[in-house]
Amino acid sequence: MLRAAIIGLGKMGLSHHSIVNAHPDIELKAVCDTSGYMLDLLSRYTGVRTYTDYERLFAQEQLDCAFVATPSKYHARIVMAALDRGLHVFCEKPFGLDPEEGYRLAELAERKGLVNQVGYHYRFVAAFNEAKRLLDRKLIGDLHHVRAEAYGPVVLRPKGSTWRSQKSEGGGCLFDYACHAIDLVNYLVGRPRAVSGTVMNSVFSNDVDDEIYSTLHFSKELKGQLATNWSDETFRKMSVKLSLWGTAGRINVDRQEIQVYLRTLTQPFEDFKQGWNVRYTTELTKGVWFYVRGEEYSAQIDHFVRCITERAESLSSFRTASDTTLVAAMMRADAVKPQTTVERERPPVASEPKAPKARKRNLFGRLLSTG
Amino acid sequence: MDRILFGDNQFFGVNHMSEEKARAQAMRFQDTGAVIEVLDDAYAEGIRTFMCTTHERISEVCDYFRANRDKYPDFKFYPCMPYAHKYANAAAELGVLGAIRSFLPEENAFRALLKGGLSLARKDIEGLANLLIDSEMKMFAGLPTPVVFLQNVATDFLLGLGFDEAFRIFADCVRTRYGAEPGFISMNAPVLVQRLQRSGLENPIICTNINKIGFRMSGGMAAYEALMASGRCRLIAMSVFASGALPPQEALEYVCSRPRVNSIVFGASSRRNIAQTSRLIKQLTAA
Repeated sequence: MLRAAIIGLGKMGLSHHSIVNAHPDIELKAVCDTSGYMLDLLSRYTGVRTYTDYERLFAQEQLDCAFVATPSKYHARIVMAALDRGLHVFCEKPFGLDPEEGYRLAELAERKGLVNQVGYHYRFVAAFNEAKRLLDRKLIGDLHHVRAEAYGPVVLRPKGSTWRSQKSEGGGCLFDYACHAIDLVNYLVGRPRAVSGTVMNSVFSNDVDDEIYSTLHFSKELKGQLATNWSDETFRKMSVKLSLWGTAGRINVDRQEIQVYLRTLTQPFEDFKQGWNVRYTTELTKGVWFYVRGEEYSAQIDHFVRCITERAESLSSFRTASDTTLVAAMMRADAVKPQTTVERERPPVASEPKAPKARKRNLFGRLLSTG
Repeated sequence: MDRILFGDNQFFGVNHMSEEKARAQAMRFQDTGAVIEVLDDAYAEGIRTFMCTTHERISEVCDYFRANRDKYPDFKFYPCMPYAHKYANAAAELGVLGAIRSFLPEENAFRALLKGGLSLARKDIEGLANLLIDSEMKMFAGLPTPVVFLQNVATDFLLGLGFDEAFRIFADCVRTRYGAEPGFISMNAPVLVQRLQRSGLENPIICTNINKIGFRMSGGMAAYEALMASGRCRLIAMSVFASGALPPQEALEYVCSRPRVNSIVFGASSRRNIAQTSRLIKQLTAA
């Protein structure tokens, strides 16, 4: 039985609380948050021990692992404190706002042999894993283009009072939303070598970006594009979609389904056929022991537990999450670089418009006017 | 409870299989008139119960049925609350407590209390729950709502937390304030029923996935089979087609042959599909 604590009880922390508490191999010992009312409520009605100070929690509780789900800017220091106490750590995404800090924490966790995981739950969606399996087998040949899109209804009004609307707290579409799409690209295709043409735009927010567009460079042959917008209510909930073009076909994949188009099929592969092949989440997804809000949320917790008991490395480690932070940070730096102005190479020479010449009347005109 | 209940996922762009299909449905049903046309078809096919989320657009559907009671004298609603995305989106914007506060009536003592510190006494929690339930139930005023459900996201979240008292609070509120039976939607029915029983809620109404391929039947098929055999709850089967993964005949043969499944809820967008599914359920139930 793994003894666990959760630090931070916002939307994600509470969701983890429910799933962690339901896991047969975890005993949730304590939770920590700054909201006294939430803590009192949980303590009274669920019996969990509560703290308002994570240092005190770590000092007083006998633990094996910790789940960190505070606002992003506090992740690093809490993770550090947990690692210092020898705890396996699951941290919410984004892992942090500074990639170097992330890599340092990754090294520390690796050195101490502690399981480290970040809540990039799309890595646990069956359809994306199916895409990864097919890409790894080069079923659609050599990739030449990738498009990653993420849309959803998060910020639909100018007002917003939580940390998510403040840049200094790690809010904004880039780190809070686009990171999911970036992480999936890293997972399926590999980390881009460079980014260019990044646009960070605000739709409603005063302080942060609501949409991000960027070009991704993987190799001479492979490029990609990222398009994310969290001010789009035409999606009922967050939707992440990847489209991948290869020399032998194309894959479109989202949470629900994977569509594989095979231009050619040189040798038989499973029951894939030339042309379109569609697989749905219903056939791809493995059931989970407890379901709250999507299999992937439960599956990532179960994976963390298995990694601890089997001494394995997580599929979504501090290191891979730091790669994602690194790409996001590079996009932010790229967004302020000068653009290429649209102008003609040789603008027309400015000059006075010529006065129209007085028209010479021809003979016929002259004859007429004399009358 | 009727054998056949009509669901509403198709009206609100919910499709567990395809986002494209979901969007096409959202477009088709953006006019409430299109929703009512389908409900009209369902009524004509003998369906008398509409199991629906407390999505804000359902209030327009309710307005229509209130105004036309004589045309549909025996049409019932089974509200399912809360419409979770409303809360989840508000929580991202306002924080968890901020979201709860935003759904309370403007002029309310609890709003102030929540700001200043609400007491933990059961009567206060109950008071808060009552207000939230009232705000979700407002749209159904004057319409029959014999069963009121707690949505699966809420049920399963509370189940995970171990906040079993919340189920009692919900049940008491629904019974005393609305004269209705409480129902619970869940993806973890075997565990839920145990815990409800432990909380003194005997023979509860449970709406849960029951389908031949075990799609989203958490805890496993065996636990579900045992639950069905036990007769410890009244079951409504949902997701019987596993979001379209199963052909109708095969899907319904399975669910109709399960012991003690009282009702089947399904959604459809065409009269032909409604008629076909209803006919199959009736045939297979009689067999």
